[in-house]
Amino acid sequence: MNNAMVIGQYVPGNSVVHRLDPRTKITIIFIFVFVVFLANNVWSYTILTVFALLSMITSRVPLRFVLKGLTPVWFLIIFTFLLHVIITKEGDVVFEIFTFQVYSGGLIQGFAISMRFFLLILVTSLLTLTTTPIEITDAIESMLQPLKKVKFPVHELALMMSISLRFIPTLLQETDKISKAQASRGVDFRTGKLKDRIQAVVPLLVPLFVSAFKRAEELAMAMEARGYQGGEGRTKLRELKFTKLDVGIYILFIFVILGLFFTRN
Amino acid sequence: MSSNEKLVEFRNVSFRYGAEQPWVLKNCSFEIDREEWVAIIGHNGSGKSTIAKLMNGLLFPQEGEIYVAGKKVQEDTIWDVRKDVGMVFQNPDNQFVGTTVQDDVAFGMENRGFPREEMLQRLDDVLHAVGMVDYRLTEPHRLSGGQKQRIAIASVLAVSPKVLILDEATAMLDPRGRRDIMQTVAHLQANKDVSLLTITHDLQEIVQADRVIVMNEGQVWDESHPRELFSKQDDLLAIGLDVPFIASLAKALKQTGIPITKEPLNHEELLEELWTLHSRT
Ligand SMILES: Nc1ncnc2c1ncn2[C@@H]1O[C@H](COP(=O)(O)OP(=O)(O)OP(=O)(O)O)[C@@H](O)[C@H]1O
Ligand SMILES: [Mg+2]
Repeated sequence: MNNAMVIGQYVPGNSVVHRLDPRTKITIIFIFVFVVFLANNVWSYTILTVFALLSMITSRVPLRFVLKGLTPVWFLIIFTFLLHVIITKEGDVVFEIFTFQVYSGGLIQGFAISMRFFLLILVTSLLTLTTTPIEITDAIESMLQPLKKVKFPVHELALMMSISLRFIPTLLQETDKISKAQASRGVDFRTGKLKDRIQAVVPLLVPLFVSAFKRAEELAMAMEARGYQGGEGRTKLRELKFTKLDVGIYILFIFVILGLFFTRN
Repeated sequence: MSSNEKLVEFRNVSFRYGAEQPWVLKNCSFEIDREEWVAIIGHNGSGKSTIAKLMNGLLFPQEGEIYVAGKKVQEDTIWDVRKDVGMVFQNPDNQFVGTTVQDDVAFGMENRGFPREEMLQRLDDVLHAVGMVDYRLTEPHRLSGGQKQRIAIASVLAVSPKVLILDEATAMLDPRGRRDIMQTVAHLQANKDVSLLTITHDLQEIVQADRVIVMNEGQVWDESHPRELFSKQDDLLAIGLDVPFIASLAKALKQTGIPITKEPLNHEELLEELWTLHSRT
């Protein structure tokens, strides 16, 4: 149908960041999310910011895609900044707006906290920008392997995720088709009272659910006919490869963390 | 295993979906040979899909026995049987499991624990066989119905089944998609060591088969070569099957006194009959 329909925000590419093992990316981001909270002076923030910006630049993802990922949180970033500026009353008075005094401590605090936010969002969106959803699924399956010992259904979870990924576009196409069919019979989804609009959505949801259940039933049968009997003894076509590149990135990241510990107060 | 053993055997099979429900299959017996192409036709609800599901153990008969490659189909043999019986269903979307073409084709091989190297090799082979090598990384929503069905066929072929069942695999396709699939299938039949069972209610699709089984109300109503079958037009119409245009045209010609000896299966054959007519009379 339309080529614009892509799940997630993945931007295809062949950069270093794209080629990293998704497990490496997830691990590093996970650690990054924690160490961001350890930064407490200009130098430690600089180190983390440089790391995040360098990752972004090496990924060669066009800036507008990165900014698009940030849009929903701009508000939050600015809000936290203002909040700190208003609440904190430390240091000297820098300037006054009307009768309200802005302290240097408030500016610094506000700046530091919004910077944390910004870095967190930047780095996590870099994961989804450079990794396909199916790669993330594979990585999660592989990283959760130890949980199999406590009977956690790791394989089933991963299969569920990949089947959802497979069917999201199909169901979207179908929603589109049904809503056009309903619209052509005079159903109006866009105007009118909220109650009316909710009522208009019902004839859209019902056929969608009915067809989704039918699909699930047929799919289960097709899977069984093709010899699916659970994760036991299954091999995989897609494989995750831990390469020298990953080792390099880990070493680099260890230096970043060491740098952080030396610079923070 | 003796070489003249049948690949698939149905022996007096009766089946119903529940104790309270009517019998869907009544005492059915038939066989499929190695490398044979058998077509099953019949009106809606005549039990065709039920036959397919019985053949790979998705359902079990209440009476009678089913053998596939010498093994009786029952609870403890179904995984072996499913290796031998590949099935392509009607809806192209609802049997596509993978997020891309290559993932979908690999699905059956992964289930059987094929080593990765072999998967890659076979992946290449079967995509060539169905003419879809350029689509390895394509997602299903970017494929046409006919292309998806070709992938479904490739997925099944990848595990080298002994018999390939197409259950109305062309029913949801446009005429061009249909022709495509039938060509792919005919090509496979000629080149691979596989038996074919095509289920359809479109008589147009049986002309290439070696043998046709006609189902009516859960019973085997007739078994014959497509050519013989086309000469039984009135009976076919009586059980609700549409006769292809060429067959009715040939019949009309015969009625006006033109001596047509061989029941034509397609345009070319009828043309052949007609233009050689003069030299015979
Ligand atoms: N899951 C089921 N539960 C109960 N009855 C069923 C079920 N599936 C099929 N039937 C009934 O069994 C009969 C045979 O169905 P089957 O699907 O084998 O027919 P078919 O020849 O494949 O028809 P079609 O051409 O419509 O595909 C029908 O009367 C149908 O209503
Ligand atoms: Mg059917």
